[in-house]
Formats: sequence, C-alpha cells, structure tokens
Amino acid sequence: MPGLLAKKLGMTNIYSEDGQIIPVTVLEAGPCTVYAVKNIDKDGYESVQLGFGEKKDKKVNKPQSEQFKKVNLKAPQFLKEFRNFETGQLKVGDEIKADLFKVGDKVKVSGKSKGKGFQGVIKRHGFGGVGGTTHGQSDRVRAPGSIGASSYPSRVFKGQKMAGRKGYENVTTRNLKVVKVLSDKNIIMVKGAVPGSVNTIVAINK
Amino acid sequence: MDKLKELVADQMRSDFPAFKTGDHIRVHVRVIEGDKERVQPYEGDVINIRGAALNKTFTVRKISSGVGVERIFSFNSPKIAKIEIVREGKVRKAKLFYLRKLSGKAARIKDKNAK
Repeated sequence: MPGLLAKKLGMTNIYSEDGQIIPVTVLEAGPCTVYAVKNIDKDGYESVQLGFGEKKDKKVNKPQSEQFKKVNLKAPQFLKEFRNFETGQLKVGDEIKADLFKVGDKVKVSGKSKGKGFQGVIKRHGFGGVGGTTHGQSDRVRAPGSIGASSYPSRVFKGQKMAGRKGYENVTTRNLKVVKVLSDKNIIMVKGAVPGSVNTIVAINK
Repeated sequence: MDKLKELVADQMRSDFPAFKTGDHIRVHVRVIEGDKERVQPYEGDVINIRGAALNKTFTVRKISSGVGVERIFSFNSPKIAKIEIVREGKVRKAKLFYLRKLSGKAARIKDKNAK
C-alpha cells in the first residue's frame, strides 16, 4: 500500500466536532523524496524507494554517496521501500507529502518499539508466576516455573520462553484512523498510540 | 513538545471568566438531542480544578433534590457555551473534597464579598 516515512512527535488530545476528546499521536509525515522507482521489467516487482530527513555528508558511506550522486539528490537520514504506489506516475526526485492521506483513512503504522532492557518472563511473555508468598514460600512469585522434563529429553527445548531483552523490535499498529491532516505543516494526526518513543521514525501505510 | 502545543493551540479556550475553586458558577452546556441543539445550564460549586492546557478539567458539585451531584467538565470543551460566576467563594484549600462528607448548613461556602 502507498505510504511514507514519518517522525513521531508525541501524543496529545484534540476535540471532535461533537465535543469528544480524541487521543491522538502527532506525526511529522514527510516530505519524502523518491530515490528510486523499481518496475517489473527490470526488478521483477514494483516499488518506490522513499527517503526522509537529511544526513551530513561525512556520515554517508562511499557506496551510498555515489548512489545518491547518480540521482543528484542529498543523502536521506532514512530510506525505505514502499509497495503498491502507482509507479508509472512517479519519477526520481518527486516529493510525497502528507496529503497522501485523507481524514478518515485507516492506516498501519510500523516502527521500532521502546526498548525495555532485560525483563523477566512475566513482563516479557505474560507468564503468571509460580505461586503465593505463604506456606514458607517467599521467592517464587515472579518465577518462570518448570522449563522442561527430566531424563527425557535431558535438555531444554529451543525457543523455550525465558527472561531476556524486551522491546526495540518491529511493531505494527493496524487500523489507526487519520483524524487530522495539516498538509502545509507536514503533520498528520492518528487516533491512538503508535510504536516507539518520541523522535522514532515510523512508516505509515495506507 | 513546544511543537505539539502550537498544533493544538487553536483548541484552547480563553473566553471564560477566571473562576477559582470555591466559586459558585453556572455552566451553560450544549446538549444535542436528535438534530436539535439547546443550551442547558448547570449550577454548582467548583470543588476541583486540575491539569494544564488541553488536559485541564474542573469539577462542579451541587445538591440536587437532596443528592450530591458532581460533574467534571473539560475546560476547553466546545460543548461549553458559556460560564458565569454567580458568587465568589472564600475557601482556604484548592480541592474541596471535604464537602462530600458534609451536608446541610455545614456544606455551605462563605461568600468572599459578604460583609
């Protein structure tokens, strides 16, 4: 689906026409520049590469900088491929703006979630803990319980859910409603929360 | 965050008189019935003002046929047509939740301008 890259600015409220408060996430959507257009003849599939933001020249590695020089564009901070654009009408250098979206559209927003660090199984996998704090038991409340049988199989199965790093993974929130579009300021507001912290770069897909 | 404030600045309301906790106010609320809209007044004492900017709310308490009624309004809500200050109250606290335990004469708030 067509989409673009955006920066999460934070959450706030706005009032609907009938006076209800709507919790919204404010996203700085675009403007995104088209860096490449892929087509079926040459690449086997159709897509558009969109760049967002600006990168200092010294931060760009050589192969990439050559690539951007070829299309005569400044290096973007982020580059991502989007499918299902009408690729025939787009060419390299075109800008995609927030007015791609209309009020009332349902969108998918994907990005990296907030990192939570090393977390136990209750927070990480939703385990229930082992038992109570009575009957002489004091340190098993948030424990994972048994992690497998004994002599057979004599090992712990792969993929056993245990404590570990949580968060900072790709998360997509679907069916978010676009509440407001300010195309002159490159701002769109969607109802509800989107993954990641403030200043996270997210991809909005129609 | 300043950018966010700018974006919602047009939703903020500044057309109300500055009322304080303890004041007796009349809030004119827009009520939509079917396709008709009318204004309904709600009168009582302000017992709580909390929050800032768009999250600001205030609570108005009144005694309606012997039963205490509290209504929380969003300060910037477009549903509020008008606010009138009926009487300014003299109170020593910012939150008047102690009024909930009191009834009758004890639950009155002194008039600030009374001599």
